Amino acid sequence: MIESRNRKLSKRYSIINLLTDIIINVILVTLALICFLPFWYEVCISFSSNRAIMAKEVVFLPKEFTFQAYEYVISRTPFWKSLWVTLLRVLFGLPISLFLIITAAYPLSKTKSKFRFRTFYAWYFFLTMLFNGGMIPSYLTVVQLGLLNTIWALILPTSVNVFNMLLLLSFFRNIPESLEDAARIDGAGQWRTLWQIYVPVSIPVLATVTLFTIVGSWNSWFDGMIYMKPYNYPLQTYLRTIIFNYDFGNLSIEEQKKLAEMSPESVKASQMIVGALPILAIYPFLQKYFITGITLGSVKG
Amino acid sequence: MLKVNKNQPASKFHSLHNEISYHLMLLPSVIIVFIFAYIPLYGLTIAFKNFNPAKGILGDNPWCGLDNFEYIFSIPNIGRVFFNTVTIAVGKIVVGTVVAIAVALLLNECTVKWLKHGVQTLIYFPYFISWIILAGILQDILSPSSGVVNQIIKMLGGSPVYFLGDNKVFRETMVLSEVWRSFGYNSIVYLAAITSIDPTLYEAAEIDGAGRLRKLLHITLPGMSTIIILMCVLNLGNVLNAGFDQIFNLYSVQVYESGDIIDTLVYRIGLQQAKFGPSTAVGLLKSIISFTLISFAYLFAWKKYDYKIF
Repeated sequence: MIESRNRKLSKRYSIINLLTDIIINVILVTLALICFLPFWYEVCISFSSNRAIMAKEVVFLPKEFTFQAYEYVISRTPFWKSLWVTLLRVLFGLPISLFLIITAAYPLSKTKSKFRFRTFYAWYFFLTMLFNGGMIPSYLTVVQLGLLNTIWALILPTSVNVFNMLLLLSFFRNIPESLEDAARIDGAGQWRTLWQIYVPVSIPVLATVTLFTIVGSWNSWFDGMIYMKPYNYPLQTYLRTIIFNYDFGNLSIEEQKKLAEMSPESVKASQMIVGALPILAIYPFLQKYFITGITLGSVKG
Repeated sequence: MLKVNKNQPASKFHSLHNEISYHLMLLPSVIIVFIFAYIPLYGLTIAFKNFNPAKGILGDNPWCGLDNFEYIFSIPNIGRVFFNTVTIAVGKIVVGTVVAIAVALLLNECTVKWLKHGVQTLIYFPYFISWIILAGILQDILSPSSGVVNQIIKMLGGSPVYFLGDNKVFRETMVLSEVWRSFGYNSIVYLAAITSIDPTLYEAAEIDGAGRLRKLLHITLPGMSTIIILMCVLNLGNVLNAGFDQIFNLYSVQVYESGDIIDTLVYRIGLQQAKFGPSTAVGLLKSIISFTLISFAYLFAWKKYDYKIF
């Protein structure tokens, strides 16, 4: 009697459980689609013909598949020029940024008894997180330094990222002291200890910082807009002029003719896809490392 | 300093030598931070000066008292701009936090491993795309004539909404699109908090006959409470950050009334109209309020939860 009631009860529970599972999964899939479909829609637009787009026939698959838009984008010199500026920025900015962060995080990871001025330096960096000059004074500083329209205006102001420094610092702090002692007994100075002991064991965090830095410099557009002349715009800033239609004035007649045959939507979409492609390419690595980064950064302690 | 412990060399020379290398190592970043963070801080004095671009930020520009502040408070919509900033920012914080927590809970309840991973991969993605591209996409899908969203609304019998051009819905659109971009990313912290809850608690509850909802309400949520409060407190510092990158790329003159925020105003009067003094004054006010809030937040987090940054 009791047993059969129990069985009935557990059966009811398992049905409720199953239903909850289904509802949960449906909600999750819906959320995932909401995040994914807008991007997919742009992909479809970028590969569809002008006619299909005008007739609003493009929904979830490219219609009348064509590479026209991409061919047009690739044929434009401003596009390549801006890509080059962004690449330069990443190529020079990343090593500089890593160097600065590594060399600053190491001393800061020492205890107060080993490095008396630690507190002073920690506050020196921490204050910049609390209080900053803001847009106008930062702009005027770059102007005063004569960096306008040079690649350094894009690289130097953001090269010391205190958040990344913190990530590395808290990792350094957890490295056993015995490693450092062993290095010292072998006669290594602080400089060598840092580069030959600390840096190699910190590869996971350095990978996180590297990815954050690449994404940050790839995506930034505002500094490009205010510091650079239009012919020196980095990619995202250039894309901005395309997406918001500021660019069509300075096209040659030939290009205008070419453009007239294509749908502006697909030209715009294809540029956006190209602009997001590198992020997509490094995304698997990104996903592997940024979780460590965030959890280290916000839940530590 | 000279406390001798086992792992440390007793020699004074040795540690002094070390300290010198520490100073040298810090030197490059100290210089960069000085130039690009502390000189702009000094530059905030422009708010009280009659700035002349020819003299530059370090030149001796004459003091002008509170003239710049008088100018900005005479801008007719300044109160409106402040109100927009706070409502959009607070909306983003509140909705964003609630959605992120809910999604973390849902992901935690999801028992199908591959589905969970797939969903995570997709919902973290938008966060890494620049606002330029996101703005382009939003313009497309939110367009009143051809946008997908409005086509769905029409299909369901509604009338099309001009999300990016109507003062009645612009702020909501900003909040929701920001939540769309970042809810997945923001859920990571909460998901990490859930995974660090002691699993024996759940086992004990199961023996006591607790169902799913019970476990969620009595174990998971209390287990997350510290991190939830901590994140909310730390978000205080963002109350004046309504999202320049997003709004600057999505707003237009017809939604200034509901969408103009402090940062966009600073940009327009500072860099477009070249009124450096007044726009620095606006920036200074923002910095002071933010500084107060952030300091309070960190102080609270440190006292209450022993949260330390350095």
